[in-house]
Amino acid sequence: MLLEVRDLHVEFHTREGVAKAVNGVNYSVAEGETLAVLGESGSGKSVTAQAVMGILDMPPGKISGGEILFKDRDLLKLKPEERRRVRGQEMAMIFQDALSSLNPVMTVGEQLGEMFTVHRGMSRKDARTRSVELMDRVRIPAAKERVGNYPHQFSGGMRQRIMIAMAMALEPSLIIADEPTTALDVTVQAQVMDLLAELQRELNMGLILITHDLGVVADVADKIAVMYAGRIVETSPVHDIYQAPAHPYTKGLLRSIPRLDRKGRELYAIRGLPPNLLHIPPGCAFHPRCPMAQDVCRTDVPPLYRVSDGRRSACHFWKETLDAR
Amino acid sequence: MRADHSGGRKHAREEGEAAATQLATARAGTAYANGDPILEVRDLVKHYPLTQGVLFKKQVGAVKAVDGVSFDLSAGETLGIVGESGCGKSTVARMLVHLERPTAGAIRYKGEDITRLSGRALKAVRRNIQMVFQDPYTSLNPRMTVGDIIGEPYEIHPEVAPKGERRRKVQDLLDVVGLNPEYINRYPHQFSGGQRQRIGIARGLALNPEIIVADEPVSALDVSVQAQVINLLDSLQSEFGLSFVFIAHDLSIVRHISDRVGVMYLGRIVEIGTDEQIYEHPTHPYTQALLSAVPVPDPMARESRERIILHGDVPSPANPPSGCRFRTRCWKAQERCALEVPLLAVPAAFRLAPGPASHDSACHFAEEKHVVASREERDTPRGEGRGPEIEAPGTAVRKRPPHDPEAQGDIQP
Repeated sequence: MLLEVRDLHVEFHTREGVAKAVNGVNYSVAEGETLAVLGESGSGKSVTAQAVMGILDMPPGKISGGEILFKDRDLLKLKPEERRRVRGQEMAMIFQDALSSLNPVMTVGEQLGEMFTVHRGMSRKDARTRSVELMDRVRIPAAKERVGNYPHQFSGGMRQRIMIAMAMALEPSLIIADEPTTALDVTVQAQVMDLLAELQRELNMGLILITHDLGVVADVADKIAVMYAGRIVETSPVHDIYQAPAHPYTKGLLRSIPRLDRKGRELYAIRGLPPNLLHIPPGCAFHPRCPMAQDVCRTDVPPLYRVSDGRRSACHFWKETLDAR
Repeated sequence: MRADHSGGRKHAREEGEAAATQLATARAGTAYANGDPILEVRDLVKHYPLTQGVLFKKQVGAVKAVDGVSFDLSAGETLGIVGESGCGKSTVARMLVHLERPTAGAIRYKGEDITRLSGRALKAVRRNIQMVFQDPYTSLNPRMTVGDIIGEPYEIHPEVAPKGERRRKVQDLLDVVGLNPEYINRYPHQFSGGQRQRIGIARGLALNPEIIVADEPVSALDVSVQAQVINLLDSLQSEFGLSFVFIAHDLSIVRHISDRVGVMYLGRIVEIGTDEQIYEHPTHPYTQALLSAVPVPDPMARESRERIILHGDVPSPANPPSGCRFRTRCWKAQERCALEVPLLAVPAAFRLAPGPASHDSACHFAEEKHVVASREERDTPRGEGRGPEIEAPGTAVRKRPPHDPEAQGDIQP
């Protein structure tokens, strides 16, 4: 296994109290595999990724438990300089907002070239040549002329391509993409997702795709982990979950999105709001919003029950959820 | 007529359904029953000047944000406007509520061109066309209480509610949008995103408008909360007989809420029709590309779905292409497209054959193409019974998986 996150806990110490952002997350990604982590804002999907990447702001953040095994080494036990080497060369991250993630006063060529001068000790001239090659590879037209441009001179889709080029530069074995296409228009979104999938195939990388878009997940993922209030509530191969969700939250999400191919009547809406991480409800965190909640849900935290091979659901009533289609 | 109508509204809150009928009667009393165009937009243009020089400013060009947009909005209907960023959809919205003055063109509200109005007459019209904004975080003043935010329209239009009644009216509005009326003294930061958007909607409703212009009202919200707000807008429309102009980039949401849909590209409407005409029978290549690019939440569709991948970016509105503006990214483009601007009308090919494909589409080579697969169609085995693969300059049409060398045959129109 390329990456294995085991029982990860992350807290944020704030003035109002301790916010439990991640509460015992387990997931794994193999080479060439795409794991989609699905969740709404505050579900802990980005915080988990930041902990894996080692870019969590500490303090106020604190990893209070768990292991992150990357190629069988626990990243949390590495020395800072070893960690930095892993982060730079073996894993890379793509962010949602390319404009604020790129340095506005450096040309894209300098930023791409830095990957080679810092990590590979190349000369600036060679690095520039490699930058042009990379820009060509992510299909930026007239790469040779544009290598000296600044980020603001590119369109949103082109900037996201440059982000992808930077992430791919050192051919890492794991890419974490945090909402890579959320800020883009649909036609550009399709181009960028295609490019990402193609490069992933070529380099046989593991990909963690963090998103809230059930459509994008259905398009590219192999397996999926649904997060709610810092926990994984359901994991599954991608096909099964869309056909028969085994957790009421997943089911609610799938029913609440309007469809392009159907004109529906009233949309199903999950009642209420996601919980405040300072005061996560006892028992199952979803119980105040759940149509199936019973007394046991208010008191007992549901474990991840085994539904079938590769499928888990953190619901006391997963059987009933599956059956009541 | 207005007094009649707002009287009806007041009762509607107090007596629920019985009063809703009364409101409907009050509405029917006007000349604008459901179906009549309440808003007619004709050749609307908005150019922003580009200047050069510091002391002696000289206009060197213009950003043609909106360049000739026409549509009708009927009473009681929802018109969805979709398009990508920079297509001018938000500028249209802002002109409808008079936040921007058009460079040219007319916006007729009940037959009267409101772009030429000023002073008292303008103020009276603006009361009837209200807006809901995209970002519930920046469109509410953080230093005002919810009561002051929703009640502020009454300061400007005191005739709608006398001073003594305002507090109760605001509480009624909070109730209508599904918030606790006791929250009246709270501040925006005490609410979640979805709740703030409800506050924005309540403010839009305060003056009993007939038309609500909503610019991306749910795109800043989480999926589970989005559904709640869409349902709220839906129920408000049937309760108060509102007409909506609903602007969004999310095609699925627009289909869900709209009766008719207009697709914009680079400052123009390229295709407009009923939701069925646009989604099931699109004839403009841009609409087809846009629809095919939307990810469908169904992994079974992954392999069978035919996708049109547009290459390149939208050209700059400061220097739009000649003729058809979409031609630089279009796989059907020919010489004629560069010379002749296609008109937004029923294409000749469909004029004699009435059917769902027979609707306004601004393309010289309009052709019907099914891109939104229904569930049944998807059940056909992979690679069978699907449309052709096209690879043309600037554009590729293909199925997944794409790395099949034989699936890249060339087709020229």
